[in-house]
Amino acid sequence: MLDIKTLLILIPALPLVAAVLTAALGAPILRTRSHLPVVAAIALSSVASLLLLARMQEQAGQGRGGQETVSLWRWADVAGDGQNAARQEALSPGHSLSRDFRVDVALEADSLTAAMLAIVTCISTLVAIYSIGYMRGDLGYWRFFSYIGLFVFSMTMLVSATNLVLLYVFWEAVGLCSYLLIGFWYERPAAADAGKKAFLVNRIGDVGLALGIFLIWTTYGTVDFREVFAAAGNSAGDWRTTVICLLLLAGACGKSAQVPLHVWLPDAMEGPTPVSALIHAATMVTAGVYLIARCMPLFATSVTAQCAVATVGGVTALLGGIIAVTQTDLKRILAYSTISHLGYMFLALGTGTLLGVTAGMFHLLTHAFFKALLFLAAGSVMHAMGGVIDIRRLGGLRRRMPVTHWTFLVGCLAIAGVWPLSGFWSKDAIVLAVQQRYGSGAASTLFEALFVTATFGVLLIDFYMFRPYFLVFWGKERIPAVAGGHAQESPRVMTAPLIALALGAAGVGAYFAWTGSFARFLAGSPSLAGLGPAMGELPRSGHESIALLSTAITLVGIVLAAFIYLGGPQRAARLARAMNVIGLYSLSYGKFFFDPLYHALVVWPLLGAARLAAWFDRRVIDGLVDLFGWLPALVGAALRPVQGGLVQFYALAMMLGLLAMLGLLLM
Amino acid sequence: MFNFSDPTVLLTWLLSAIIFLPAVGALILCLAPRESDASTKRFSLFITLAVFALTVWLAIPGGRVGNFNFSQPGMQSIVNHTWIPAFGINYMLGIDGISLPLVLLTSFLSVLAMWASWPITKSVRAYCALFLLLETGMLGVFLALDFFLFYVFWEVMLLPMYFLIGIWGGPRREYAAIKFFLFTLVGSVLLLVAMLMLYFASDVSKLSQAQQVASNLIGHGTKHTFNLLALMQLGQMPDSPFHQTLLWGQSLSWWAFVLLLIGFIIKLPSVPVHTWLPDAHVEAPTPISMILAGVLLKMGGYGVLRVCYPVCPDAGYHLAWLVSGLGTVSMVYGALAAMAQKDFKRLVAYSSVSHMGYVLLGIGAWSATAGTSYDPNYWNMAMNGAMFQMIAHGISSAGMFFLVGVVYERVHHRDLDKFGGLFARMPVYAGISMVIFFAALGLPGLCGFIGEFFVVVGTWAYCKWLAVVAASVVVLTAGYILWTIQRVYLGPEYKGPHADALTPMTRREIAIAAPLVAFALLLGVYPQALFKYTEPTIGKTVVQKLTDWAQASPKATGHDVTEGRSQ
Repeated sequence: MLDIKTLLILIPALPLVAAVLTAALGAPILRTRSHLPVVAAIALSSVASLLLLARMQEQAGQGRGGQETVSLWRWADVAGDGQNAARQEALSPGHSLSRDFRVDVALEADSLTAAMLAIVTCISTLVAIYSIGYMRGDLGYWRFFSYIGLFVFSMTMLVSATNLVLLYVFWEAVGLCSYLLIGFWYERPAAADAGKKAFLVNRIGDVGLALGIFLIWTTYGTVDFREVFAAAGNSAGDWRTTVICLLLLAGACGKSAQVPLHVWLPDAMEGPTPVSALIHAATMVTAGVYLIARCMPLFATSVTAQCAVATVGGVTALLGGIIAVTQTDLKRILAYSTISHLGYMFLALGTGTLLGVTAGMFHLLTHAFFKALLFLAAGSVMHAMGGVIDIRRLGGLRRRMPVTHWTFLVGCLAIAGVWPLSGFWSKDAIVLAVQQRYGSGAASTLFEALFVTATFGVLLIDFYMFRPYFLVFWGKERIPAVAGGHAQESPRVMTAPLIALALGAAGVGAYFAWTGSFARFLAGSPSLAGLGPAMGELPRSGHESIALLSTAITLVGIVLAAFIYLGGPQRAARLARAMNVIGLYSLSYGKFFFDPLYHALVVWPLLGAARLAAWFDRRVIDGLVDLFGWLPALVGAALRPVQGGLVQFYALAMMLGLLAMLGLLLM
Repeated sequence: MFNFSDPTVLLTWLLSAIIFLPAVGALILCLAPRESDASTKRFSLFITLAVFALTVWLAIPGGRVGNFNFSQPGMQSIVNHTWIPAFGINYMLGIDGISLPLVLLTSFLSVLAMWASWPITKSVRAYCALFLLLETGMLGVFLALDFFLFYVFWEVMLLPMYFLIGIWGGPRREYAAIKFFLFTLVGSVLLLVAMLMLYFASDVSKLSQAQQVASNLIGHGTKHTFNLLALMQLGQMPDSPFHQTLLWGQSLSWWAFVLLLIGFIIKLPSVPVHTWLPDAHVEAPTPISMILAGVLLKMGGYGVLRVCYPVCPDAGYHLAWLVSGLGTVSMVYGALAAMAQKDFKRLVAYSSVSHMGYVLLGIGAWSATAGTSYDPNYWNMAMNGAMFQMIAHGISSAGMFFLVGVVYERVHHRDLDKFGGLFARMPVYAGISMVIFFAALGLPGLCGFIGEFFVVVGTWAYCKWLAVVAASVVVLTAGYILWTIQRVYLGPEYKGPHADALTPMTRREIAIAAPLVAFALLLGVYPQALFKYTEPTIGKTVVQKLTDWAQASPKATGHDVTEGRSQ
């Protein structure tokens, strides 16, 4: 009875219903129980997602096509006049008219969607449970859960949309949820600013995405994924495909915080920590990765587009890592780490090989676990420390908060890629994919450089993650005064999800890497069809050397961090001075000065243009209008003396007029 | 005349009741003995509700008299009676997929605006009478099919509006009212000149018997005609009588188009003839702002769509760059100007300029022209998008003006720098505002997105660069709207005077805003609800006919079509 179609509808529908319910009843009735509908609905959704995953695998095992579509309603049908056929005949061959514009609200499950659904709903469930404890006592308790429900609805719709227009709709909808949740504590000006910034920067990317969709429509005459892929397969090498890919990449850069549109994500940390974990680390920001993976058949036809994706990813991975090393706000360190890891995913997708795409998606999965874990653990610290998250003001917390400490450590080891935790497998897969790519295929120099970048990035990851770990949990115990008497382990409702996520972060990578089932399953998606052999069947040569190399680098990074940050502050200061010889420290600490640059280049000119427009309106256009308004009065004033009431003057004028007329007649 | 079993008679009464019921109500208000203000308002609300019910009847699909017939893309429910036979002027009304949504929008917003007039206390009887008279004018414009009748209603609407702004307005009301009046009067004069030019150039005898039947010209005694359907057919003939050269080498059709266009874009309004709008809005009382933004601006778009293009396709074809260019400039300029405003209402007014630019762009992007790729489907999408944008803007702008009014009534100022923190003080109000403002921002899932999307897709085929500019405007729009939300609703505390007056929304206010929120959601989630009405009409009677015209007319296309074909 619960077939794939029903499940596909239930997964987004449940959170939506719960969100609406909470919005309506939260304030007057539910109050402190406002979490109930949303948590229950998301939990059910995750069960449904896992069921869906199982069903899909069953089907794939039976050799039936791995896709199911369910149409809900016709969104828009601008079908022209039905005269296309007749008009087409009148035209010469080779010039084809556009097709009728019909877009349905329809959902589709393939293996890519099923995997995304499972990741999104499972992480959401854990984060929602954690939030029960974290958000307790907040005035906007019901509002928070209502937004979370809305987000899970939008995100699950996004990954199951069958066409680009529907994807765009929910692409914006998750952006709205992000805006609302970043600015959740609206009374803080910084939060309101951050929300606005996130929305605007995303909108810039979205313009690219929208133009990409328009170009897809004009080029292929359809916005349905499967039809687009079929059409793209027939027109390989078309320059328009490259432009489409670059425009889609712009959209993905906005949502997934890639350079140069990454500036919003660190500021987004103004939102509540569960939001940072769920939306700005594990799920929403991976929408860009999903988009590119979904549109792989387009990217596969264009080497230029692949290079662009890989370059963006590589540069972002490096930049995010460098900045993360010097930040002092734990959540911002994690944010830059997220940016950097998303960069790794882009890099993997940029290879354009099946190994690369599955590696990228695999990293998306493992990253969702360990990054959500790290954020929630950081939130646990923040919860206990009265909202303080500056790593310079914390220290030696491992005894007071043992669960948080251990789970954070698991997260750090997983993200650093220590064998056999999950990060090890997925990161190695990415590095391997890049290595194979430069060994064979076009643009090998670029990919060789990216290989070096990616390997160096691994060192940064270890360093920037273990730096806060050692500072916060080791050394002398330092607890800020605002923490008061709360400086203790968080309640069980928060630690339980931490433990669950820690288990996931530890085990999920090894499980899928050993069984190879993730790659095999994903390869069944139509988006990945025709990309080459699956990861499990690849020759493993070279893999061991990469594993050894990255493990060595990892150990060096951890030892370096331990040496510097367990040994007292002067060592760190000396390192900073050494790095600043070439200005690297200032660049990193100043986040490469993107924000002031954008202010000078974009924000101020725009505000200036706005003032100019308003001035022009007031002074020039309205000035002219008022001038016209004065004209009758001026003419009147000019003519007034003529009608002075002096009869002699009238008689004179009459005589002169008569004479003039006579003169005219005579001539 | 009273034989109601005759469907024609019944239809005449039905459509006439829709138009004149408000006027009758106004008359009753003038003649009846003085009643209390409250009952005067209730009576007026009742009248607007009755009119709304009648217009809903028009929208219901079915076979009964006046019901909408989806299988008829052209004019339906036509009523045609001679009015001034000596000049061939008829009392001709009709409905199609273009006018019906606007009629519904008018009657719907009239109800809400009347209900929003509860706080009005100054000479309530006169206010209500003028308001109802205004409704008659608006509905008449959308229903009239005789150009002369159209013009009469166009003028009928002008005077009540002048008084409603000039008497019940804010401190600078007289300046605003006279500015509105003069701008609109200039538009009216141009309209009148163009109308007479077309009238005297028209020649009914040029139409075939079938065409005469199609335009309902039965028993037409004169050579010239004001019949809009006939004028469209004359304008679209290969040897149109409007092709005669008039002045400076341009044809009569060209001049008529230009005059009509100026007349209509003053109303729309488009840059550079838009400056009456911010002043009128700032001074007008809240309900009048709702009507002004929600309905009156749509008359401009309606006029361009109904009269300019079908009657003068030749000029429309050659001036497509001008129309779409003006639309784009309005979009960018309006958004920039909105960003610089300090007055809440002025900001919303400039956002109207920006949003109505989409309408002009969508109508003007005649992508069936050659040179670009010859493809009428894109124009169809753009035109439908423009039509959708008119309705969507009617909902979101009326909502925004209402919401500004709600807070203005409490604190008596509109200075954006002196708000803040309303989210905490008025949560329901803030929630409703979010939906309406995001609808204006063009968030997918709400009504504003659909129109913008289709307009830009359609423009893409006409001119890619214009489409890129149009698509980028969404960033500016998001900029000024989010900044407004931040300044008004977010932040720690309210920074202006009368902080204690910030009471939660009353039930009446919620009831006015709720339908707007509901429609913003409905149209965003299920836009087909509106496209179902508009698409057949626009596709088959505007785009199709003009495309056929472009293909047939050697003067307009000539080398162009072949150029398109050779691509």
